[in-house]
Amino acid sequence: MLEGYNFAFLDEGAKRQVRRALLKAVAIPGYQVPFGSRELPIGRGWGTGGIQITLSLIGKDDVFKVIDQGSDDSVNAVSIRSFVSSCTGVEQTTDTSQATLIQSRHRIPEAPLRNDQILVLQVPLPEPLRMVEPREAVTKRMHAELDYAPMWLGLYEHIVRVGEVKIGADYPVQVENHYIMLPSPIPRFDNPKLHMNETLYLFGAGREKKIYAIPPYTQVASLAFEDHPFRIEDQADRACHLCGAQGVFLDELFAEDGQKIYQCNDSSYCLKRMNENGE
Amino acid sequence: MENKPALSLSNLSVRYGRGCTFCEASDNELQGNRCPHCGSIWAVRNVSLQVYPGEILGVVGESGSGKSTLVQALYMDVEPVSGDYRLNCYQDGAANVFKVSLPQRKMVRHLMLGMVYQNPHMGLRMGFSVGANVAEKLIAAGSRNVQEMTRRTAELLAHMEVPLDRVKEPPKHFSGGMQQRVQIAKAVANNPPMLFLDEITTGLDLSVQARVLDLVRRIQQELGITMLIVSHDLAVIRMLASRTLVMLGGRVIESGLTDQILEDPQHPFTQILVHSLLS
Amino acid sequence: MAYVAVTGGQEAIAASIALLREYRCHGDNPLDPVAMVNRMGLLIDKIMGEAGLYCPDHAALALLQSEGSVEEAVFLLRAYRSSLTRAYYSIPLDGAQMRLLRRISAAYKDVPGGQMLGATYDYTHRLLDFSLLSEHEDTKIDTASSEDEECNPFHALRVSDLLRAENIIVQSPTHAKSSETVPEDITQNPLRFPTPRSARLQVMARAESGFLGGLAYANLRGFGQAHPTVGELRTGWLEVNIDHPLLDGQTLHVGEIQVTEVESFFSLEEESQLEELRDDPLKRMERGQGDKADTSTNALQIGVGYGLTFGRSDQKAISMSIMDFSLEKKSEGILSDDEFVLLHGDCLEMSGFISHLKLPHYVTFQSKLDRVRSTRKDTEACHA
Repeated sequence: MLEGYNFAFLDEGAKRQVRRALLKAVAIPGYQVPFGSRELPIGRGWGTGGIQITLSLIGKDDVFKVIDQGSDDSVNAVSIRSFVSSCTGVEQTTDTSQATLIQSRHRIPEAPLRNDQILVLQVPLPEPLRMVEPREAVTKRMHAELDYAPMWLGLYEHIVRVGEVKIGADYPVQVENHYIMLPSPIPRFDNPKLHMNETLYLFGAGREKKIYAIPPYTQVASLAFEDHPFRIEDQADRACHLCGAQGVFLDELFAEDGQKIYQCNDSSYCLKRMNENGE
Repeated sequence: MENKPALSLSNLSVRYGRGCTFCEASDNELQGNRCPHCGSIWAVRNVSLQVYPGEILGVVGESGSGKSTLVQALYMDVEPVSGDYRLNCYQDGAANVFKVSLPQRKMVRHLMLGMVYQNPHMGLRMGFSVGANVAEKLIAAGSRNVQEMTRRTAELLAHMEVPLDRVKEPPKHFSGGMQQRVQIAKAVANNPPMLFLDEITTGLDLSVQARVLDLVRRIQQELGITMLIVSHDLAVIRMLASRTLVMLGGRVIESGLTDQILEDPQHPFTQILVHSLLS
Repeated sequence: MAYVAVTGGQEAIAASIALLREYRCHGDNPLDPVAMVNRMGLLIDKIMGEAGLYCPDHAALALLQSEGSVEEAVFLLRAYRSSLTRAYYSIPLDGAQMRLLRRISAAYKDVPGGQMLGATYDYTHRLLDFSLLSEHEDTKIDTASSEDEECNPFHALRVSDLLRAENIIVQSPTHAKSSETVPEDITQNPLRFPTPRSARLQVMARAESGFLGGLAYANLRGFGQAHPTVGELRTGWLEVNIDHPLLDGQTLHVGEIQVTEVESFFSLEEESQLEELRDDPLKRMERGQGDKADTSTNALQIGVGYGLTFGRSDQKAISMSIMDFSLEKKSEGILSDDEFVLLHGDCLEMSGFISHLKLPHYVTFQSKLDRVRSTRKDTEACHA
């Protein structure tokens, strides 16, 4: 444990402020709640929004998991895990089903999440309307008035010009037919997991000082035109070269001979499958 | 019943500046449109007018007379100090449009009104394609069908004689006359009952002017849209409007049938205006 | 035998940290934090300013820990401060009460109380002095002059107060407001736009010095409309007091901080405020329709831009005063846009977001690739 620091690093006043913002976020799904984001020993833009949520919620009995781009072992995941561990001492896990609190960057785990778990997603840029309007004062007004025509126009323009919405990851959604929200840069493959799920999703943007949430059983629709339905990444006919999984998000890798091979992006899921198959 | 106005406006005032007790009393004389006490500008002061279904009402005046501000207030680009604004197409004229909620005002603006600005930069998004510019109105009206919008956009642009092979180009590549055609296509996209035209031919070549005015007359005949057209040029008003208001210093100084005003102008300013047209 | 995850991150980080330690501890001449406080004062000042934490000892430690990287040192101090409870707010400090070490005015040849050049590099010739190489480690300069300063503290009225007495300086509306209400605290609350002046000043006081300097410079060179005269620049010590936590009506002295304060003067036409209102119906509504104007005269006035920084930092304080005025005046252009100026100059935020680009982005990149491939497939199908 870190000497001379409070449990979970932040002072209790800061934690309460974050929790108040979280309560508001849960009460108004998809609404970006501004909060007094604190500086952390981790770089701003490296997940500090998510970490502040984690530090404000974590208790001594929690079991904590961190993934970055689907991997428990990515340097950033390791770094965040060791920081949370050093200032809380709570139990760590890589097993999704064991965790009570999961912090993730750019992925929702493959294993179905439960009602007694919380997924915290790190958000680099929370404002969906930024693609059509650079100014915060204006985008806040647009949300208040549900003035989303410019956003739809942006998507329409993509289709007119290139025949396809150009957005790759971080594909915008509309929550309960009301606020438009960015799901953080998860692949489109993960968007459907936000809809009517039994888990609480919390989103934290530290540098941009916003917190938002999707509570359990919330309707979340990816933006789409009637004749241009939302489409996830095309990964048909591909399977993980390690565990053989299909219908999961696969990383594209190059083998030594330059051939493309595919592998589960969620490393803990893949490992679990390999162990189950092996037995 | 036939004589119920499509648009009825009473006592519209638009002020720039803080105002004071002197200029807020409507019968006190100002220096032109400027308050001698507080320096506030009364761009429009106590203007009332009616526009009847299917007619074209002209508003003429020198620059600074308040005619552009008048039409911008009607299109809800500027916020008035006071005024009562009824549209027959909105709740049968039962509500003052200035007083209804902002989303309602937006709805009125998107569905029931069209606007063509003198400066195409105000009416068009110069970085978006021409197609998306026209589609913006359709999106605002709730359309979420790309094919349907593309079809309607093409139909409108063809009607305005904009070459269809240029539909993916941004309007900044277009000539002034062509930009006005795009603006008109956008303004009438939702078949609004009411169209505002603000100095739409100012700054265009004479031959281009004539063609744009022809187009206005044609769509008025074909679609039967009620129009309010603002111009400093009495020749434009004479060509299009059956009835005319003359504005000076933010007030209406004369009104009547266009022919009547041309033949027998009453106010000295109108006399100068008519004289300059004839000479 | 079960599968195990292919690990690497953990070891890589550990090795990287070990290597950092090696770089930091190069050679046989360890740095002494006390010496750094004493002899690298301007660097310490810069770091304390950008960190928003006045503590020379911690600043020196942070520098030591980060091989002298300013952004890393600022980062360490900011993070450290987050773990501390904000126990008290000080009683507002008044720059006029400063125990002065330096005080100059570019606006007047002489000012009541006198000018005092103090310590400045302005009039040195920037010749690399090779004799310093043989300066003995423990060369110590007699500190008689600073003792003298302690015996005869030098105080003086602000230059701007002279003009205020003449009614030539008229406080802008936000200026007046900020003295009436509790100032914003940007370390506890997010910025909200449009920003109050107190928030703007706090953000700029913590802004990266070079960023602020660049903006102020652009403002002077013609990308803005600010043409300042440095009305007064003063450096000195200010006492920090808090309301006594137990005894009502009494104050408690908690220490002294060294600051540099600048007031820049600009000529200002009353009319321009009307322009601003004319352009923006939103702002007009914000002002309230009922506001009654004074009888307007279009005479010129002097507007004041304010800058305050920790320690001795003339350039940052002057830059801040220019940008304060520029934001207050709300004229055309990006240099008067509070969102642009305030959101992009924080050392921590800029370095954090730029450095995060080094993190893996393979999931998002793959999504991007998928879109590129699918549109290419469509066009290729068209051409076929």
